[in-house]
Amino acid sequence: MAWQFRNDIPIYTQLIAQIQQKIVSGALLPGERLPSVRDLAAEAGVNPNTMQRALMEMEREELVYSQRTAGRFVTEDGPRISKLREDLARNRVKDFLEGMYHLGFQMDEILTFVKLEGEKGNHEHSGM
Amino acid sequence: MNILECKGLTKRFGAMTALDGVSFGIEPGRIVGLLGPNGSGKTTLIKLANGLLVPTAGELWVGGRSPGKESHAMVSYLPERTSLPLWMTVKQLQDFYEDFYTDFDRKRSEEMLDRLEISPKQRMKQMSKGTREKVQLILAMSRQAKLYLLDEPIGGVDPAARDYILDTIIRNYNPEASVIISTHLIADVEKILDEVIFIDRGQILFQSTVDAIREEKGMSVDALFREVYKC
Repeated sequence: MAWQFRNDIPIYTQLIAQIQQKIVSGALLPGERLPSVRDLAAEAGVNPNTMQRALMEMEREELVYSQRTAGRFVTEDGPRISKLREDLARNRVKDFLEGMYHLGFQMDEILTFVKLEGEKGNHEHSGM
Repeated sequence: MNILECKGLTKRFGAMTALDGVSFGIEPGRIVGLLGPNGSGKTTLIKLANGLLVPTAGELWVGGRSPGKESHAMVSYLPERTSLPLWMTVKQLQDFYEDFYTDFDRKRSEEMLDRLEISPKQRMKQMSKGTREKVQLILAMSRQAKLYLLDEPIGGVDPAARDYILDTIIRNYNPEASVIISTHLIADVEKILDEVIFIDRGQILFQSTVDAIREEKGMSVDALFREVYKC
């Protein structure tokens, strides 16, 4: 997945979000060694200090850990990754609901909609 | 200790004031964008930091030293226009740099040239403008300097060459050195900068980090620039 950035929010928070995404989706595996800060920064096309800041923040959140000489690794803590996955899902749902309320939908309508679209999706999947 | 420190720095050319009492500092390990419209004083500031101009008033220090032989040796300068002799081959340019600068890392320059498949036998005059700019940047970044002064390094090159140049700057990042990039092409460089200095009519409007601007204003540095310098 290529790195992509929006213009209206800090770069380091976007780096965190994209690395979290990689951990949850399995693009980065538990215990996997991360490239060096400099290589990651070059890959994302960002300032190395900004990448460092993002990784320090993720260390504080115990999603990655460093070993003094060996480098930085993705956490091996399964429950921690599951919690991250749920947190990310919760945020998505919150954003979604906010958008739907803005469109004037009530909760029961929203649920009907979701179910309908979900079934369509299932149908498409089974057709594959 | 700051890599570059300016106090009340002023430069006049006759009746014209190019830089008017400028004070700021740049910490080690920073990549700083010097941003402002044409004629705002960017190049004057860079030339003062490099010792190519002498201040009319005020002071500056590079690595704690006043401008002179020692400060000069710490600075790697990439001028806005090609300053290298066009008849020279890449190899001759490397020899030239090796003679002039004790901190020139020839191996590093060779690796970067290899990556671009530029032959040491190639002459500057045989190259496209973009390739010439890349060669100049490679030579400038191959020095183990404390302060890199890059004056419009992405000015006249295509987007792919631009990406290569920015990538080269990131990959040569050294926590003990600082890089100052003067440019008006902000959208392209924004992501690789720690902080920006906005300069206008010889004065500093403000100095801030890129993420602080995004956090406080909810807009990119590029958008802020357009707002601040609206004609």
